[in-house]
Amino acid sequence: MRKQLSLKHFSIGVLVSSVMSVPAFAEEIGDVDMGARVFKKCAACHQVGAEAKDRVGPHLNEIFGRSAAANEGYRYSDGLKNAAADGLVWDLEHLDAYLENPKSLVTGTRMNFRGLSEPEDRANVLAFLRQYSDNPSNYPEAEPTAIAPEVELAPEILNIVGDRDYGEYLASECSTCHQRDGSDQGIPAIVNWPAEDFVVVMHAYKRKIRPHPVMQMMAGRLSNEEIAALAVYFEELE
Amino acid sequence: MKLNRRTFLGTGVVASAALSAPMVMASGKPRVVVIGGGAGGATAARYIAKDSKGEIDVTLVEPSRKYYTCFFSNLYIGGYRSLASIGHTYGALAAEYGINVVHDWAVDVDNEAKTVSLAGGSVLPYDRLVLSPGIDFIDGAVPGWDVTSQNKMPHAYKAGSQSELLKAQIDAMPQGGTYCMVAPPNPFRCPPGPYERISMVAHVLKEKNPTAKILIVDPKAKFSKQGLFEEGWANHYDGMIERVGPEFGGDNVSVDPDAMTVNIDGEVTKVDVCNVIPAMKAGKICEMAGVNDGNWAPVIAHSMQSKIDENIHVLGDASAQGDMPKSGFSANSQAKVAAMAVRGALTGSKVFPAKFSNTCWSLIDDNDGIKVGASYEATDEKIAKTSGFVSATGEDAALRKATYEESVGWYAGITADMFG
Repeated sequence: MRKQLSLKHFSIGVLVSSVMSVPAFAEEIGDVDMGARVFKKCAACHQVGAEAKDRVGPHLNEIFGRSAAANEGYRYSDGLKNAAADGLVWDLEHLDAYLENPKSLVTGTRMNFRGLSEPEDRANVLAFLRQYSDNPSNYPEAEPTAIAPEVELAPEILNIVGDRDYGEYLASECSTCHQRDGSDQGIPAIVNWPAEDFVVVMHAYKRKIRPHPVMQMMAGRLSNEEIAALAVYFEELE
Repeated sequence: MKLNRRTFLGTGVVASAALSAPMVMASGKPRVVVIGGGAGGATAARYIAKDSKGEIDVTLVEPSRKYYTCFFSNLYIGGYRSLASIGHTYGALAAEYGINVVHDWAVDVDNEAKTVSLAGGSVLPYDRLVLSPGIDFIDGAVPGWDVTSQNKMPHAYKAGSQSELLKAQIDAMPQGGTYCMVAPPNPFRCPPGPYERISMVAHVLKEKNPTAKILIVDPKAKFSKQGLFEEGWANHYDGMIERVGPEFGGDNVSVDPDAMTVNIDGEVTKVDVCNVIPAMKAGKICEMAGVNDGNWAPVIAHSMQSKIDENIHVLGDASAQGDMPKSGFSANSQAKVAAMAVRGALTGSKVFPAKFSNTCWSLIDDNDGIKVGASYEATDEKIAKTSGFVSATGEDAALRKATYEESVGWYAGITADMFG
């Protein structure tokens, strides 16, 4: 039932600048503004734009036309590395399929996202992302797309240096459900996140901003130091 | 092929470990013997071996070469899982973690000499002993039933051939026949377990045998997640399930396995399947080790050490574990506390404050999962509950589906945590 997105919309880079400085072909894939709204779902893990950095997920600048697992410095799942070795390139068709159901296209991906079932949502968010993948790479100045963190944490909490050994013990409780090898078999993957993101997410559970009873309970009884210890342990876990 | 290879591998490593045993002992490494290869024992063995990085010599004694988890065995009965998918072997614990896996029965413990005797004649010395034998049934708990009747009236409360037998009996029930469960009194392994099983049996019968009846004879006035189960039964299996509680004689039951009858408070009923889950006690080796007080082994919450013998730690169902329920999740959680305490005692590694947690998921019907859980801390008196949660009645279908999918993820997580 997936709406077929036509590749010919950007087959050859005929770049027509509009007054909005949005490439015209991007508009043809979908609605950029609507796509920016859809992207909020992605922005919990992915950044895009001039200041974008790798977070829980890799940044998405220049994603179009790039080989899978090709963002240097980001630690990809074996699933994505295997897909890259098999020749997966992020063209419109494959991005569309991935967004529809990530685990169906790439077995073993750590991307914990159920997918966008509406073809229009996918088209819109891809139109939005397409702006940051011009060729040549001169993605436009845009408002930073990173959303505010889920919880505002005082610097003294964010700056706690976690005790890795303590984190290792505490982590034994996590691995009753979460796989240490970073795979997602029904419970989200939690390894190799930037420590700061891990801390923010755990405090979001601790303050019951994120809705999950098991995680609210687990995080609820962890001290700031314990959360920091877990964050550093999982960040560095091989 | 793969299974054979793994089984063989496990055995091979045991053999070579046994040959090198005198060297190990000569090197003066501290020795830990773990009895029972389930959620408590396998986890404890793995964590002690993994985290001590070879400084502790770990032997795991488990009679079964293939271990079937009791958790998710109801899903096998309901047709959601294959038996093979809940069976696990010890190859990785032997090959990757260097654990001496011995497939034998532990038959005695000498607390003074600090040795364990095995049925095969071996004697294993230990510096610390970890007992995680699970449960045994109390003789005479259900008059008319003993373990020799388990082929006629299965308990299926230790997974494997008993689960297979019960499933086959349910499949063979005559149209409109009666499945009866004699439910156990508190405390028992897996508080929601009997009621998840009822749900799974109803799921099978609804499909194959829709006029069949399910009868629960229950000595307890109330049970775990009762409101959620009863709501689910009304939604999915209306009119099929009848429960006789203690107010109507559910606490006064005997059975006749030859006649396939159940006597409930003097009234005799003929049934087609009778799933007798008797009252439980700690696995027998706890008695042999002298660590029981009554039916269960009391423990120090901070370390899971026996209150009777400080060289012995008792995990999981066999322990009197304060506020924690008897579950695989609990045993796995306690194993990590015990592993840390054992390492601390034997190698001087750092010991952090104990934390415990538990979650029990249950499946009612397709994509209708529920859960209950809590976290716990160690006090000087017991393992004490600090907070908890339970699914709510009337939850939407998407949340119930997510809960079921989460349980599948948990199964993959905990079994990886147990068996490597």
